[in-house]
Amino acid sequence: MAHLSSDNRQMAEALVACYPKRRFALLPLCHLAQAQDGWLTEEAMEDIAGLLGCTPAEVRGTATFYDMLHTEPVGRHVVTVCTNIACMLAGAYELLDHAEASLGISVGQTTADGEFTLEEAECLAGCDNAPCVQVNHRFFGPLDPDGFDALTEDLRSRRLAETVPAHGILSRIERSVGLPARAARTGAEAGQQSVSATGPAAGAVPE
Amino acid sequence: MTTQAPRIVTSRVGLPDSFTLERYLATGGYEGLRKALSMAPADVAAEVNKASLLGRGGAGFPAGRKWSMLRKATTTYLVVNGDESEPATFKDHMLIERDPHQIIEGTAIAAYATGVELAFIYCRGEFALGLERLQQACNEAYEHGALGAEVLGSGYALDIVIHPGAGAYICGEETALLESLEGKRGFPRIKPPFFPAAVGLYGEPTVVNNVETVSNLPWIIAHGGDGFTALGEGSSTGTRLFALSGRVEHPGWFEIEMSKTTFRDLIYDPSLGGGIPGGKNLRAFIPGGVSAPWFGPDQLDLGLNQDAVGQAGSMLGSGSVVVMDSDTCPVRAAWRIARFFYRESCGQCTPCREGSGWIEKIMHRLEQGLGREEDIDLVLDACDNLSPGLAWPPKQTTICVFGPSIPSAIVSVAKMFRDELLVHVKEGSCPFPPDTVRRG
Repeated sequence: MAHLSSDNRQMAEALVACYPKRRFALLPLCHLAQAQDGWLTEEAMEDIAGLLGCTPAEVRGTATFYDMLHTEPVGRHVVTVCTNIACMLAGAYELLDHAEASLGISVGQTTADGEFTLEEAECLAGCDNAPCVQVNHRFFGPLDPDGFDALTEDLRSRRLAETVPAHGILSRIERSVGLPARAARTGAEAGQQSVSATGPAAGAVPE
Repeated sequence: MTTQAPRIVTSRVGLPDSFTLERYLATGGYEGLRKALSMAPADVAAEVNKASLLGRGGAGFPAGRKWSMLRKATTTYLVVNGDESEPATFKDHMLIERDPHQIIEGTAIAAYATGVELAFIYCRGEFALGLERLQQACNEAYEHGALGAEVLGSGYALDIVIHPGAGAYICGEETALLESLEGKRGFPRIKPPFFPAAVGLYGEPTVVNNVETVSNLPWIIAHGGDGFTALGEGSSTGTRLFALSGRVEHPGWFEIEMSKTTFRDLIYDPSLGGGIPGGKNLRAFIPGGVSAPWFGPDQLDLGLNQDAVGQAGSMLGSGSVVVMDSDTCPVRAAWRIARFFYRESCGQCTPCREGSGWIEKIMHRLEQGLGREEDIDLVLDACDNLSPGLAWPPKQTTICVFGPSIPSAIVSVAKMFRDELLVHVKEGSCPFPPDTVRRG
């Protein structure tokens, strides 16, 4: 029984079709699985390996390199506080201390009710709004301790459900086409998945 | 002072609907691409060469020359680097969210000039809104006919794929980015080959350009390379986005004509940084990302010019300027930068993987007042393992330039703020106030 839903397997095939080799779609598929489950489960990694024609260990080996891919469960809201230079100069460590006290957890932990996981981030490129915070990769800032508490309260009460989707969901906009330019070159009908599933037009991609 | 230079990459970002196709078309969008398609690809490349557009990613390599290195082959790729993660750099983030069509159009122009039929825009994964805006723009561009089997009815065929990163600073390094795009760990590749133009994505010749670099192309094609070189001075032509942060009244990005503006203008001009809060004095500033050696107040009158900053012993790098005032503990700042490198080292090369950890550890105990005087030499020795001689530009003992970038901040503190380091040691604590949040 496949772990990824049939809709997501279909989506996975569409993603795979955008790359010259199936294996190259590994990161987009990890994001897809994380969007489904909130984190990257063992079963999902096995599914991805099957879809890409590689081993689950290769999927895990790659996924664990990347900070955004969680191979352990996380809370509903992953709150990342940037403490890099620009945010630090704007008091980010004071904010992080407050976040730990306010949520009652340390960096890397999840609240008992599963609402929040707290992380310390490297620069999130939000330095004009320092200190900045991301929740499920949506930006907030500049935040002071009171602003942080107001934010977590809004999250708890689901008032921000529109702007902050569940953890793992990045783009809510899906690609609307396949690779029509490539399809036209290979003489097939534009947008058909069968075209890209046969591999690159040039057919010269080395292993 | 600021100049009356036109806004090249930020002309529409102030508009609330700047990211929509409607607004883009109403403000001259896709006209640069239309003009490019009426020219021969080689002529498009020649125009960009004439503009002598320097890459805006950090290394400052001329974009036109990068293109001309592309080995003629049946399959070539273009990859646009939107994995902006250099600390205190946030210009590409803004461009991705506020003017994604400009990136699509610039990518299409670059692809046409280099004969590429499949391009990837690698967008930093943490930019969720940016990914949505880019994907929306990409979809709209297909619908509008600016991408696909017949780009604006020209017979040129181009596909663009938006690819999300997954959180790793090193993937901004172009060969690591290519590895990541192949579904692997972002390990920088061993050089030679030095340029992806020889062996790039999927082993094929590839051009990698930064988001801001390609964002300049629609304007350059529409106004000509001469229009671009009329701005700036020497090899630093056109305008450039600078990201200003730290202890300034108005942190933010500013599009500024190259060379004509000084660091003093950027930090103090009321229309730009607006000076240091509370009228405090400047202690130091970082002129181009945390990999760059620091400058003191005596360098404030240096122009924002790539060569001038290079000759003064640092770099414009990613165009991010971090301001430290008299309350800033320079040791703490250097420690935090070291901690960043320690956390983000990919771990391939021993000097970097191990060195970054030791440097972070020593800097931390120095900042906490738990260090010894000998620690200063010890940390410099660890730095020397990464970059023998501790000179600028740095020598390298690792696969990529990440490792040799680590010493910049440490050497800066040891040179500029030795007294402050020694006070930490003598007093057994940090003499500076903690960094606090501004309320309100």
